[in-house]
Order: sequence, then C-alpha cells, then structure tokens
Amino acid sequence: MGRLKHLLAVYGILSLLLAGMVLHAILSTHAAKSVLEERERLVSMLGLTDLCLTTEARYTRHPSQADYFTPFQDNPMSLELFPSGGAMAPPSFKEIPRKMVVKDE
Amino acid sequence: MSKERHKHILSFSITSLLRRKGKNLSIFLIYTLMVFLLGSVVFFVSAIKREAATTLKGAPDIVVQQIRAGRHDLIPTEYMEKVRTIRGVTKVIPRVWGYYFDGPTQSNYTIIGMDGESYEAFRDRIPFLSPEEAPIGNGKVLIGKGIARSRGLKRGGHFYLLRSDGGLKTFEVSGIFSGRSSLLTHDLIVMSEKDVRELFLIPARYSIDLAVYVRNKEEIETIARKIGEVLPGTRAVIKEQITKSYETVFGWRSGLVFTALLGTVLAFAILSWDKATGLSADERKEIGILKALGWRIEDILEMKFWEGLTISLTAFLAGIILAYIHIFFFGSYLVAPAIKGWSVLYPPFNLNPYMDAGEVFMVFFITVVPYTVATLIPVWRSSTIDPDEVIRGI
Repeated sequence: MGRLKHLLAVYGILSLLLAGMVLHAILSTHAAKSVLEERERLVSMLGLTDLCLTTEARYTRHPSQADYFTPFQDNPMSLELFPSGGAMAPPSFKEIPRKMVVKDE
Repeated sequence: MSKERHKHILSFSITSLLRRKGKNLSIFLIYTLMVFLLGSVVFFVSAIKREAATTLKGAPDIVVQQIRAGRHDLIPTEYMEKVRTIRGVTKVIPRVWGYYFDGPTQSNYTIIGMDGESYEAFRDRIPFLSPEEAPIGNGKVLIGKGIARSRGLKRGGHFYLLRSDGGLKTFEVSGIFSGRSSLLTHDLIVMSEKDVRELFLIPARYSIDLAVYVRNKEEIETIARKIGEVLPGTRAVIKEQITKSYETVFGWRSGLVFTALLGTVLAFAILSWDKATGLSADERKEIGILKALGWRIEDILEMKFWEGLTISLTAFLAGIILAYIHIFFFGSYLVAPAIKGWSVLYPPFNLNPYMDAGEVFMVFFITVVPYTVATLIPVWRSSTIDPDEVIRGI
C-alpha cells in the first residue's frame, strides 16, 4: 500500500500544479485587461489590421490583408517559400464571390 | 470489500509497472514529450487567437484595396467620395503605409502614416507612450521596440531611411512604444502621412488603401458588397475577416498545428499498435500465473487498465503542465521559431496566459484514451491463455 500512497502523492502534486495553472491563467487574464484595452485603442488609432508575429514576408506580416495569389506573385510558377508561410494556413477569402453575375450592357 | 479489492489491484499494478522500470520509464518520457509538444502548440495557438480576437476589435470595419493584374495597387483617393456616398458609411480614411526593407539590419519594417486629424484625436493619450513622447511630423517618428533595439536607437536619436528615389531622409525618434505593445508595434515606424508620401514617393491623389467605418455593424457585409459594385476592380476586406483570420490561419489545417497533430497521432498509433498487437513472453507468463492463482479475467483487465491509466494520466498531467510553463513562462522557445521563419525582427512572444478547456480536453482525448484502450485489447484476447501451457513455456 506504500507505493499506492506514493502514486497518490504524485497525483496530488500534479493536481495542485494543474490547479495553479488554471488560477494563473484566470488571474493573468484579469491583470492583462488594461493592457488589452490599451492595445485595442492603439489598433483604432493606427488603423492596424494584424498582429506582428513575423516580419519575413508581407503576406505573413499582414495575413488578413493578403489575397490568394500574394505568396506566389513573384514570378509565374513561383512557389511559396517563406517558413512562416508553411506554418500558417491561408486566411478565409469570404469576399471572393462564389457566384458570377454578368451584367447586360 | 470491493473498494479494498480495487485498492489491492491498483497497488499490484504499480508494483508490476515498477518491475519493468526501464521500459515503462522510457514510454512515460516519450509520452510526456508528445503531450508537451502537442500541448505547447495548442496553448500557443489559442493564446495568439485570443490576442487577435481581443486586440483587433478596433480594426477598420472595411479595408478597400485596389487590385490590378492580381496585385495590390495604389488606390485613387477620389474613390473616397464614392464610398462616402454609400448610406451607412460614417468615415473613410485613406491609409498611407508600406513596408521598408532595411539593408544594414536585414530586417523589414512596417511604416504607418497618420494624418493630422486622426492623430490629434489621440494626441493627449497615445497608448504605450508617455505624453511628452507623442509628437510626430516633420521627420519626428514613433518606433517599436524591435527597431529601437536593432538600430540602437533611443528617444531623441536620429536615423535615416532610403527614399524610393535613392535619396536619404533623416528621422528623429520622438517616442518608443513600450514592450507591452510589441505584439502590435515591434516593427512599426509611425510618422506623418506627409513623411510617408515623401519616403515612398506616393502621389497626393493616391493612397495604399481606404479604411471605411460603418455606423451599424450589421450592415458591414452589405456595404462591402455595395463598394464592390460601385468600385469594380477593388477588394473589400471586412472586419469579421480580419478578426477571424487568425482562427483560420492557425486552424488545424495550418502547418504548425497539423504537423504537431500528425506527429502525435502517428507516434500514438505506433505505440498503441505495438501494445495492441501482442504481449511479451513475460507479460503472457504473468497473466498465466495470475490465472493459475485464481485471478479472474476481469481482475487482470482491471490491473492492466490501471497500468495504462497510471502511465498515460501521469504523462498527460506532466506534459500539459510543462507545455504551459514553456509557452507562458519561457516565451514559446521551441514553437516560436516556426512562426518567426527568417524574420530578423520578431516580437518576444510574451503571450497572455489562456487555457481553452475544450482544447485541453482534446489533447487528453487523443493521448490518454487510445493508449489506455490499447493496453486492454491484448489482455482481452489473452483470456483464453492456458495457465499450464504458459508456465511450462510451451
């Protein structure tokens, strides 16, 4: 039974750490509230559209502003080559119409 | 009585695990590493998604871009008037901004221009700057911490950038955005619209794109559609797309998540397959002896269940705690390089801690459940083992 107690002690410590983790996440969220508000204000002020996660390519620096063709626009048949482009998926292109309407001139 | 029986079986399971210490410890370490990697990616991605969702709420409602031959092009500023006449549009601001590749530091900067009117609206309290740091215009600029560090600049310092015609333009640093805003400002140089036009030689009647603000947020999509009708050849990016971009960009199809997920699933498939396809001679012998001693098959199944659960649950808890520490205390040291790529300037990934219970449960489900189930299958199949044959080694 001694070994069972040891196992339970290990689980006790891990559970405490897990609880600490959850508590840390909750407290940090509250603490960061003012910083997040300031960031939102800065976004409004500068009219920013994206987070600065990577600066290597235009389409990964501002993924929301890029279109389908941007990663391949350097020359015909060019391949997307930046590492950060491989880590991210293309954004959704909701604005591209699925239906084509031909106007009668 | 029944409770005591379970306790004894659990105690026996631990003894059994410790008997094969080396093998079980290596499984535990690999298991923890897999959970750690998957958990790190999950925490990293959900924290970035949340940062994007909370901070980009202030982004323009619609951004109108001119597309020519499949590329972004300068948009005539006169288009502003056409957009302004659409019912529901409150404000149209021509944005003048761009990218600048800095040869000496081999890094890319993002240069943002602000017109006097927009700037004055925020003049008294510019976020992440003290009031005396605020002035821009006539060569005075605000810069992000990354640029200050890479160029060795301080407040009041001077630096030059190459104009598009090859001439030099000198700037003075009037303020440096604090590090708490790095996720937005690390590579930014904020200057007056006039300075940006002079730097990039953008004619006064053109802008890079138009930021459109709408009174009723429910009408954004309708207005974007109308803009497309009024200005053919343009593309309207709506705010919902901007804020949700990061959901898609870091969705499960993104390289980062997909690789971590695929790696983990394959590793578990191999581990579980190995467990599920057969028992070692020692394990068969152990089951045979236990049966000979009068253990029922359900007791043996329970013992194996505890064995599997002990390893997988301990590894899951250890892995997920280490992943949290890695992402939120050590700046995502192992995951961030995949996003940084070849960037010279990249922000320190001091992400605000965030845990999505659903995603943690997903990690639990794809790591703990398959292994625990896989440990039971061979034992179930071995219920027909004849103790006599196993003990004799036939």
